[in-house]
Amino acid sequence: MAGIGGVEMAKSNEPIWWSLFSAGGMVAAMVFPILIIITGILVPFGLAGDDPLNFERIHSAVSHPLIKLTLFAVISLPLFHWAHRFRFTLVDVGLKSVSTLISILCYGGAIVGTIVSVVILWNI
Amino acid sequence: MMAETMKLEIFRYRPEKESEPTFQTYEVPFLEDWVVLDAINHIKDEIDGTLSYRWSCRMGVCGSCGMMINGVPKLSCAAFLKDYYPDKILVEPLTGFPVERDLVIVMDDFMTKLTDMQPYIIRKEGEEKPLEEGEYLQSPAELARFKQYSMCINCMLCYAACPVYALDSTFIGPAAIALGQRYNMDSRDQGRDARQELIASHNGIWECTFVGECSAVCPEHVDPAAAIQRAKVSSTVDWFKDVLIPWGKKK
Amino acid sequence: MIRELTSIFVAGYCIFLLVLVYKLAQGADAYGNLMAALKSPSSVTLHLISLAFVLYHTITWFNLTPKILVLYRGEERIPQGLVAGTFYAGWVVVSVIVAWLVLGV
Ligand code: SF4
Ligand code: FES
Repeated sequence: MAGIGGVEMAKSNEPIWWSLFSAGGMVAAMVFPILIIITGILVPFGLAGDDPLNFERIHSAVSHPLIKLTLFAVISLPLFHWAHRFRFTLVDVGLKSVSTLISILCYGGAIVGTIVSVVILWNI
Repeated sequence: MMAETMKLEIFRYRPEKESEPTFQTYEVPFLEDWVVLDAINHIKDEIDGTLSYRWSCRMGVCGSCGMMINGVPKLSCAAFLKDYYPDKILVEPLTGFPVERDLVIVMDDFMTKLTDMQPYIIRKEGEEKPLEEGEYLQSPAELARFKQYSMCINCMLCYAACPVYALDSTFIGPAAIALGQRYNMDSRDQGRDARQELIASHNGIWECTFVGECSAVCPEHVDPAAAIQRAKVSSTVDWFKDVLIPWGKKK
Repeated sequence: MIRELTSIFVAGYCIFLLVLVYKLAQGADAYGNLMAALKSPSSVTLHLISLAFVLYHTITWFNLTPKILVLYRGEERIPQGLVAGTFYAGWVVVSVIVAWLVLGV
């Protein structure tokens, strides 16, 4: 890309990936532990009541646009976090020669996941 | 009683004599207050005058005596024998650089990167003060913002520790970027745009994955890893400004 | 390297969340089956392993954030410990809110 609005763009598009990586890292750090505790411990061991994630309640909650948006962020951003970190992990273990392919696969995967999440959430 | 001794196994490479590097073990006196550099100086003076290495100040100021000591990049003038005694110490040249001879590495790459970073105060055209108007003043708080980054002694230990540089030496690397930040954050400087070309390039900050090894080995607590991350933040802010407010800035 | 590997578990949990909303969209039966599957030992084991890695991610993340986020109060730099502490406190608050929202108690 040469420029947007006639203005030279910065040399590299790494800032997009890096900001998505950082945002996703923050989201995952903040909410993944508690979510995993809920779906992996509290729910299966019945520590939060009989039917803690009751279908009707969760379904109607997720139908709310704000919750949809939040869920979208909680799914999509950490995917980009993974994509960025995994990309560099692969490059650092010696796959530098195919780094473009790695970038495409990693970020592509995150983009696909993002699109899928939009489609699913849209239809709830 | 016999004086105590200890062994140093030293990397040798004399290109006119051998095509492959070898190791040579020397026995040196063990003294409580000796550092590895003292032991190597002892070898040079008393045992084997052919050993080549760099050093100058003996007190962690000049940055020339960096070596791999038991695989860890260290200033040999700051690594005490007593921390290794009685085991043998393995001494090698800094990794990630070509070896010129014995413990002497080729540092041209680093020198080029340092120069390319333009590590000096740059003023915009026409904003240079005439000499007779005196110096550019700066408050202690303004100094504090970058002081840490100005402590670098160019010892290159951070490069030897960096896994990214080891893999690809086009990476500009910790010390050079930290030094760029040092001037970018200096209130007297106006050269950030000029340095940004290099810092925000693919081989600049974006290669770094914040492993943090550079900061762990730095003898001056420069924390180059943090400098690089902060450069990422400011470059990202630049980028969004460029994309979202294209009619803004641009001088 | 462990820090980089945490990202795999982060992505794994993202996919789990995707499946969860997908089942939710499909209807009560599909969703109920997934809820039942959560009780299986393999699900619990996977969750526990993921939890360990994700916690590692959280801790390394919050410990490094103050190096990136350099804040000043007036002329003084806010100590790194305080910045990290704020994040940890925020984490607790967010966790409580999330648990309250999700579990509806
Ligand atoms: S940043 Fe530290 S380790 Fe790197 S060259 Fe400077 S003083 Fe040495
Ligand atoms: S000899 Fe000068 S730093 Fe070690």
